[in-house]
Amino acid sequence: MATTLAQAADGTEAVTHAARIEHVSKSFAGPAGQQLVLDDITLDVAPGEFVTLLGASGCGKSTLLNLVAGLDRPTAGTIVTDGRPALMFQEHALFPWLTAGKNIELALKLRGVPKNERRGRAEELLELVRLKGAHGKRVHELSGGMRQRVALARALAQESRLLLMDEPFAALDAITRDVLHDELTRIWRETRLSVLFVTHNVREAVRLAQRVVLLSSRPGRIAREWTVGIPHPRRIEDTAVAELSVEITEELRGEIRRHGQH
Amino acid sequence: MASTETTAKDKDGGDLAGLEAGLDALETVQTGRRPLRLTLREKVLPPVVAAVLVLAVWQALVSFEIVDDPTKLPSPGAVWHVLREAWLQGELLGYIWTSVSRGLLGFFFALLIGTPLGLLVARVKVVRAAIGPILSGLQSLPSVAWVPPAVIWLGLNNSMMYAVILLGAVPSIANGLVSGVDQVPPLFLRAGRTLGATGLKGTWYVVLPAALPGYVAGLKQGWAFSWRSLMAAEIIASFPDLGVGLGQLLENGRNASDMAMVFEAILLILTVGIAIDLLIFSPLERWVLRSRGLLVKG
Repeated sequence: MATTLAQAADGTEAVTHAARIEHVSKSFAGPAGQQLVLDDITLDVAPGEFVTLLGASGCGKSTLLNLVAGLDRPTAGTIVTDGRPALMFQEHALFPWLTAGKNIELALKLRGVPKNERRGRAEELLELVRLKGAHGKRVHELSGGMRQRVALARALAQESRLLLMDEPFAALDAITRDVLHDELTRIWRETRLSVLFVTHNVREAVRLAQRVVLLSSRPGRIAREWTVGIPHPRRIEDTAVAELSVEITEELRGEIRRHGQH
Repeated sequence: MASTETTAKDKDGGDLAGLEAGLDALETVQTGRRPLRLTLREKVLPPVVAAVLVLAVWQALVSFEIVDDPTKLPSPGAVWHVLREAWLQGELLGYIWTSVSRGLLGFFFALLIGTPLGLLVARVKVVRAAIGPILSGLQSLPSVAWVPPAVIWLGLNNSMMYAVILLGAVPSIANGLVSGVDQVPPLFLRAGRTLGATGLKGTWYVVLPAALPGYVAGLKQGWAFSWRSLMAAEIIASFPDLGVGLGQLLENGRNASDMAMVFEAILLILTVGIAIDLLIFSPLERWVLRSRGLLVKG
């Protein structure tokens, strides 16, 4: 059962976790009976912490994110989050019948922000993702990178303490992705948000995160964790980033190899 | 310490902002309106040429006496003459208005019934299982089939006409909405749910706007069905007290063996059907598609 912290316990518990995932398992009905996708995942995200979930395909990382977002329920275990998390997808998922600004205003409206404050707040958020003046632009008039930035602004409009990101930059070209990594780091540091970021890109994980969590595949289990102590600003081509990436990639390859052995 | 951090951050931020502005400029596609001359040449000229060709062939058939019986094929000039007479006597607009007002009012009622019905079928599983197949089956039933029962139930009056229009148009409108809702990408629904648009809010802010293209296509088809059903009703159930619409005009022409009048009526029915579509439904559809970037130019 996913509950918010406000409803959980007796209210005396201080907010020490943006998300607390305890012994969570998830199985789906498949062709060969019940298939276990996630097996006994326990993971905490501290307030203001940036955690990346890393894994090969079939590790259930997107499933886990859906569970934390409350879009699905775990088969076993509990997930507690500090309010309803914001979620960003690999596709921008902006509504094409609204302009960029109105997409953000809809998020504000659904959160109950009064009408006269929405426009100004949307402009502020667009400025935060450096898209000042894009309020009236239609979604199809924006480039891939701009769309993801509007999507980020819309997610930020939810004023959630936890931002979930499901491979949000995977479909972008390398140059744009690199720029958006810098952007995301800047915004994360400015807003002190907690971020749970799913990716299969090791360098991306190391470049962005304070903590990298490696999931094994079928079923998804936490295989290993690394704390990334490299100071910001980081670059994707930094030696420290490369060294840690090599180490993690070796571990990831080991996990994948195990599946070929039986 | 604080000041160095700020400068470092500003410098870094400035570089990043410049880089990003450059990327945005490179990747943004410039769009503009088509020049009017091009529109005229590519969109207006071809149908005009086609119409002129048809007229020329028609005139040739009469002039070269390939068909020399005016009770079978009147000349374009004779049809023009009948149209002119009707116009000069002030009856032409009356015929058109009688039919168009019926058609649009009937369509409006069909809209009021078809929209909630379509939404119900699309969103409630039991309702879909119960009446979904019948609703799509009804689309293939020629609406002319409804005229005899409607006359028996309601008599020869305007309500009978409206009943026939409703039976023809409601299934189209409802089905358009159903297919529109079915084609809403699941990603939009997930995105809506994470933003807090669940239940009725989800329907209003996400499902309905996302389903709009399918709905508008349904409206367009609904209008075509309305107009067809109405003409069928007017031809079969023509009765002096009902006023002369275009269908009655056609029937009157047949009774008087006046082929020019029959052609006049057919031309008017066709013209009005096309005109309503061109003036109302096509612009609506284009606007919906263009604002979503779904209309490919060329």
